[in-house]
Amino acid sequence: MIALDSGVDRRTTAKHRPRATMSFRSVVGRVLGWTLLGAFAVAVLYPVLWMVLSGFKDNQEVFNQPWGLPGELRWENYARAWDLGVTRYFTNSVIVTSASIVATTLISAWAAYGLCRLKLPFGNGVALLVLGGLLLSPTVALIPLFRLLTAIGLFDTYWALIVLYTAFRIPFTIFLIRAYMIELPRSVDEAATIDGATRAQIFWRVILPMSRPILVSAALLQALFAWNEFAFALVFVSDESLKTLPVGLVSMQSRLLTDWPVVLAGLTIAALPTILLFLIGQRQFLRGLTEGVGK
Amino acid sequence: MGALLTRWRAWVWVLPAVALLLVFVYYPIVDNLRLSFFSWNAFSPEPRFVGVDNYTEMFTDPVFWRALLNNVAYAVVSLVFQAGLSLVLAALLEELVGKRLRGLLRTLYFIPAAMSITVAGVLFSFLYNPRYGLVNEALQAVGLGHLARAWLGEESSAIWSVIAMSQWQSIGYTAVLFVVAMQRIPREYYEAAKVDGSGAVRTFFSITLPMVREMTTLIVILTISGAFLVFNEVMVMTAGGPDNSSQVLGTWLYRKAFFEDDMGYAASVATVIFVITFAIAAGQLALSRRRRYDS
Repeated sequence: MIALDSGVDRRTTAKHRPRATMSFRSVVGRVLGWTLLGAFAVAVLYPVLWMVLSGFKDNQEVFNQPWGLPGELRWENYARAWDLGVTRYFTNSVIVTSASIVATTLISAWAAYGLCRLKLPFGNGVALLVLGGLLLSPTVALIPLFRLLTAIGLFDTYWALIVLYTAFRIPFTIFLIRAYMIELPRSVDEAATIDGATRAQIFWRVILPMSRPILVSAALLQALFAWNEFAFALVFVSDESLKTLPVGLVSMQSRLLTDWPVVLAGLTIAALPTILLFLIGQRQFLRGLTEGVGK
Repeated sequence: MGALLTRWRAWVWVLPAVALLLVFVYYPIVDNLRLSFFSWNAFSPEPRFVGVDNYTEMFTDPVFWRALLNNVAYAVVSLVFQAGLSLVLAALLEELVGKRLRGLLRTLYFIPAAMSITVAGVLFSFLYNPRYGLVNEALQAVGLGHLARAWLGEESSAIWSVIAMSQWQSIGYTAVLFVVAMQRIPREYYEAAKVDGSGAVRTFFSITLPMVREMTTLIVILTISGAFLVFNEVMVMTAGGPDNSSQVLGTWLYRKAFFEDDMGYAASVATVIFVITFAIAAGQLALSRRRRYDS
């Protein structure tokens, strides 16, 4: 229903706007418009900039010259944040995030293929089950999941987070990938079948490589989700050495009450990976987002 | 028999996804409903049936209503900013800004959404700090020092300060979604409007707004249900305090379950969240179905 190249700016005739008649009113309107856009840009950017810069300050500078630039670039704050726990949180986040990316994209692509190419007994039921999964929120499941994970021995392990991040993101990811796979011509499957390939071979060797763009989108969105997830990470992991960044940062903040620069350095380290991912993969990101919310 | 088996073999494709969904998404939701009719805690781990006692207790508890009201406040403010202001920003971006700068601003506006809400929450708890925070410093600098306060520490301002941070984080996200929707509007419409001598504001109301209706509905729905699920930022910035003044349903559930060890009560709060968000999501589905049949 929604075009795939949404991240691409398709406008080539950007200047075809009623611009010739510049009445006084329209000048005022333009000035106001630009002011709003500019003010919003500053409002968005300033706190982020402040965070990064304050991570280089010493306490004196943070408290007494909050608006000033750091006197020197104190990389040691970043090193200290790293040593004071960020290393561990960071590693944990990397483990949980990458495992859940692999699991979510593979399981979802696998199911999406089955749903759009094969006649399943109760196939509609499965589709409905997946669709319903979109409507259920993690918060509601906290207490039963706490009991369940304790009962099956996953409480306080990486697995708790990996499994939950996968299970709760499967519905969205299946829909995202399915919408793309439906568009792939069936003749591709048929040609491979004639060549003697099995279903599974077709999936791994033909369909999966052809779906690469949407798999990248799916993986990026999963990365953003898993890297930033907080509620599950807070409730289902209590061992300090298994905590992921979002929860670890909060416990670090309460440990280092007065050492603002180090905490701010830690925040910067935590924010950097997803911001970089977004900057690099912006197109894929936006495709996934708009496709995902459009369904 | 053989044919039946062959048909069921296709289930290999959806089995992993279905199993994960049933065990970790559906079962907990159902179990939560059941548990909300029981009472138990760490000392009496065997749940005892108590009928609707948990619900009676909850509905007569002023904190529950306070939390629900805060969720509603969250929803209203978020609608104004994330559906309203971001629509205006997107339209301005499209109307005023040349292609290259537009891409840059779009990226910039999205950055807060790419960093985790936890990072943003901890960052803003520094900005709101009563003694050294930038917010109070800024107020003093422009002569509004009498407005300075302990933003997160006072009952009258805590929840509003959290809500404000959340707007900062999300406006850019919805603005980008609007921009994408606007770029799908055929250029000819604007050219026709220009020929008719229609001004920018009128063009916005007669063309842009109707053409992004679908995206607007979607963002409204996502914003409202997001407001009833909010958890992270409140947890990170105030944990519901001071004196429960900034509790929302999610944090109240967490507090009841994992601090006050009143699991049954917490499960009934979860049921309320479930009913609200499910109703909103189901409404959206019904709406988009109908529209698809209409068109």
